[in-house]
Amino acid sequence: MEAAEIHAALRDKFSDKISATDEAAKDPSAVVDGAAIREICAFLRDDERLRFDVLNNQTGVDYKAEGYIEVVYHLYSYEYRHGVVLKARANRDEPVLPSVEEVWKAANWLEREIYDLLGVKFLDHTDLRRLLMPEDWVGYPLRKDFVEPEEYHGISTTRESLLR
Amino acid sequence: MSIAGFEVEVDRGRGLETEEMTLNMGPQHPSTHGVLRFVVKADGEIMRRAIPDVGYLHRSIEKISEKVGYHGFMPYTDRVDYVAAMFCNQGWGMVTEKLADIEVPKRGEYCRVIAAELNRISSHLLSVGTMILDIGAITPFFHAFREREKINDLLEELCGARLTYNYMRIGGVAWDLPPGYEEKVLAFLSQFDRMLEEYDDLVTSNKLFRARCSGVAAISPADAAAYNLVGPNLRACGVRYDVRRDEPYSVYPELEFDVPVGTGSAGAVGDSFDRYLVRILEIKESIKILRQCFQQIPDGPVVAKVPRKLKPPAGDVQIRVESARGDMSWYAVSDGSEFPYRCKVRTGSFAAMGMIEELSKGLMLADLVTVIASLDIVAPEVDR
Repeated sequence: MEAAEIHAALRDKFSDKISATDEAAKDPSAVVDGAAIREICAFLRDDERLRFDVLNNQTGVDYKAEGYIEVVYHLYSYEYRHGVVLKARANRDEPVLPSVEEVWKAANWLEREIYDLLGVKFLDHTDLRRLLMPEDWVGYPLRKDFVEPEEYHGISTTRESLLR
Repeated sequence: MSIAGFEVEVDRGRGLETEEMTLNMGPQHPSTHGVLRFVVKADGEIMRRAIPDVGYLHRSIEKISEKVGYHGFMPYTDRVDYVAAMFCNQGWGMVTEKLADIEVPKRGEYCRVIAAELNRISSHLLSVGTMILDIGAITPFFHAFREREKINDLLEELCGARLTYNYMRIGGVAWDLPPGYEEKVLAFLSQFDRMLEEYDDLVTSNKLFRARCSGVAAISPADAAAYNLVGPNLRACGVRYDVRRDEPYSVYPELEFDVPVGTGSAGAVGDSFDRYLVRILEIKESIKILRQCFQQIPDGPVVAKVPRKLKPPAGDVQIRVESARGDMSWYAVSDGSEFPYRCKVRTGSFAAMGMIEELSKGLMLADLVTVIASLDIVAPEVDR
């Protein structure tokens, strides 16, 4: 299916929850209501015409000026060899989204990484712990306003520059 | 019941279970190929689960991309997966080219494919060589590494480096093939064919090796999709999917090759042996591709004209590359400035690592090593 048809199928089912679709972009995408992301994903996985059986990639982008963190879902179907991009926005001050781990197990680690690096909390996630950073790390490194701490457990994070 | 006058409660339903034991494997362990750690909950020799603890090799490569600009990030991508760095180069090149609408000259694409397929062979040789080493046989490891050294020499001649190549550029590759390169690669390939037969005799039909791998951690196609297992690991489960063929990029549509899948020849479909065998078969396909490349490579420039200060128009794109460890997904966001706004790479090992906890349930402790090796997990690729 082409992106336009997939978006139309989405709009048929969740008319009020799809806030924008963009078919002209290099990668067509649909901006959806974050609170409904799990139902939308379950529909995309189970619908016979769509069958998105793979969560190929899931990541977050901090749009500081706009005031939200956008979580991007790249879905793919092995059966029909088509893909779709979903974007769910969460308020930057307290970003919360439902987890899609129930729909695709791959989301477990991907969401842990987003939580770790961008601080988005995923509701009903079975194991929401930091993945890459140490457990006692303060702050979320991929946020645009993240400032690296001077030291970590007495280990300095800065070095004198050798270039003069 | 009572023993020696004391009332003792015996739970007969539990059979021979004993107290759960917590074992620590890593972060420095010879079979983990990099620095990663498992916390193993074991009941005797049976694992209840192995919990991976990653992050020891987290070098914040994605954050670095936001500071160094599009061209400057290329050498850093080598470090995402230093066993198969060509694919990371290619991924970053492709995602930027898509962002900025740059077209790579035909010869440049062929140079990329030649470099990438050579790298795929060397990466698979490392994978199968260390897999059998981890299982307990030393000799085949030397056979595999002997050939891998020759590929390293070839790649060194191509780009001056043996592991972190930095060969590709946005818009093509850094250098054309050196003089006489075709003859050298073809000579290597014809002697390598014989070596693969030798390797087959030594390992593939080896009874002990089969016994250690057959039926171990078999994965169903549905589970593989749910966990987003990619590349050779996915194909071992019987799913005939290869990004090079199904979402074609570069010059792969002009090249003929098969996509081998697991058949369960040693036990179950999708077991550790299938994952091993798919890699051996893929090496043979890569050899085919390389021979065709040298026949078809056109003359011309190898790199497009790209401005030094590259400012792609605002937008976000994703591309997928079939790396040695499977579908590598690059996502980049541009805000119109000369620095990427965000870059994310989802690698094959990341997905495979996320599945280990589930796979380990009920396996023998000694099989954990087989599973890690057969999934071809490279730790830096998980952490980035």
